[in-house]
Amino acid sequence: MSSNKPIEGSVEGSGAEQRKGFSRRTFIEGIGLGAGAVGSVVVTDGAQADHHVPVGPDPVSITLNINGKNHDLKVEPRVTLIDALRNQLDYTGAKKVCDRATCGACTVMLDGLPAYACTTFAIEAQGRKIETIEGISAGDKMHPVQQYFVEHDAQQCGFCTPGFVMAGKAIVDKNPRPSMSEVEDGLCGNICRCGTYVGVRQAVYDAAGKGSA
Amino acid sequence: MHWVDYQRPESLDAALQAFAANAGNAKALAGGTDLLVQMRAGRCASGVLVDIKNIPELNEMSYSPEQGLTLGAAVPCYRIYGDKTVSAAYPALIDAVSIIGGTQIQGRASVGGNLCNAAPSADVVPVLIALGVVCKVTSAGGTREIAAEDFCVAPGKNALAAGELLVSLHFPPPALQSGARYIRFIPRNEMDIAVAGAGVSVTLADGRFSAARVALASVAPTPLFAREAGEALVGRPVHAASIAKAAAAAKAAAKPIDDMRGTAAYRRNLCAVLTRRALEDAVARAGGKL
Repeated sequence: MSSNKPIEGSVEGSGAEQRKGFSRRTFIEGIGLGAGAVGSVVVTDGAQADHHVPVGPDPVSITLNINGKNHDLKVEPRVTLIDALRNQLDYTGAKKVCDRATCGACTVMLDGLPAYACTTFAIEAQGRKIETIEGISAGDKMHPVQQYFVEHDAQQCGFCTPGFVMAGKAIVDKNPRPSMSEVEDGLCGNICRCGTYVGVRQAVYDAAGKGSA
Repeated sequence: MHWVDYQRPESLDAALQAFAANAGNAKALAGGTDLLVQMRAGRCASGVLVDIKNIPELNEMSYSPEQGLTLGAAVPCYRIYGDKTVSAAYPALIDAVSIIGGTQIQGRASVGGNLCNAAPSADVVPVLIALGVVCKVTSAGGTREIAAEDFCVAPGKNALAAGELLVSLHFPPPALQSGARYIRFIPRNEMDIAVAGAGVSVTLADGRFSAARVALASVAPTPLFAREAGEALVGRPVHAASIAKAAAAAKAAAKPIDDMRGTAAYRRNLCAVLTRRALEDAVARAGGKL
């Protein structure tokens, strides 16, 4: 699953210069302005979760714990968690849609809390328990939130569904008997363009108190 | 997104050294809910991100009835409304932190970040001003305090000098018979930016207002301390007529603009309505009757 290929996290500024062996850090050191940073280049690759000293802008070795499994990869510090998950680790369940903390399609759990993977750097997520849509079922047995999505026909095109399921799971993990209003509050960071909200709310409401997959 | 360096200091001293070493080029990263969006839009050119979430002082949340609340700048919203003691002591703070973004934002976004981002519409800032919060700011050169109403100086600009870091916010202990409230107007139910907002605090004594502060969101280049609106209440009876005067003063203090969220005239009217409603609720929270 892990390809471990360092890739650029975004299109702009991507690395023609970098491919020629240029990095901003070595450039700065070369002209003598990096006094505070000199020496850190040595530890860039081996630093892992210990970033007391600056790392980057070149790819840095990190370890992400996703659905209970550790993945080693190299990312530039600017790479978001959604890009690392989708582009480098093949976790394509979380969707990249608005890419600006608005729509919720990229929702994953970080240490048990729902979070937008588009507005979290991958490097920040080290040492935290990352849970994605891929990790919530047990083999063929769906998580109750997923099961009730099916029963209530809570999706149309389905593109927002993984994010909604994760946000819904966050609600039922915390509260086994939420009111419908609490369900609405918990889902307020997710948007469905097809307008399947009625089914989504009902699915999460019914899944509460039904345990895990 | 442009190239950045990343650093995660474990102590305040190490963070201050990082800011000093990258004069003007370092940006503090807490929840990142504003910062990442701004970086992606090309509106933040900083070359070094200093992740401040592992610094103990910035994660502090301690309350006592004598000392009040010390809130570390990086404490995320969910920790604040998840704390029963803090929620009971500062319900107006909870009003604001529970409506910033949605669930996913509240898990990451901090009050300190909302303040430093210095948006005119920042929901938490009117509450900080109304409650008389003092901001503790530190740099390699020393520590100073900034009143919440002086912290935002222009849209997106705060009072921090290069190398300075917001460490914590100090909330005075709630006075006897005091109450506070924040309300905003948005056309949606959630996940929106205030067309206007009002944060107020009142203290009552013998059927009169003994102290009051009013602050407004989204009606000036910065969150606005409407000093006159609070002063209009002090010494007056706890009565709808007093509140009407304060609401009129808040409306007069507002300096809104026309934009896609609402016209200036509409916002001025909202200031009067929101101030009145917030004051009515604050009086009720203070145990008073109108």
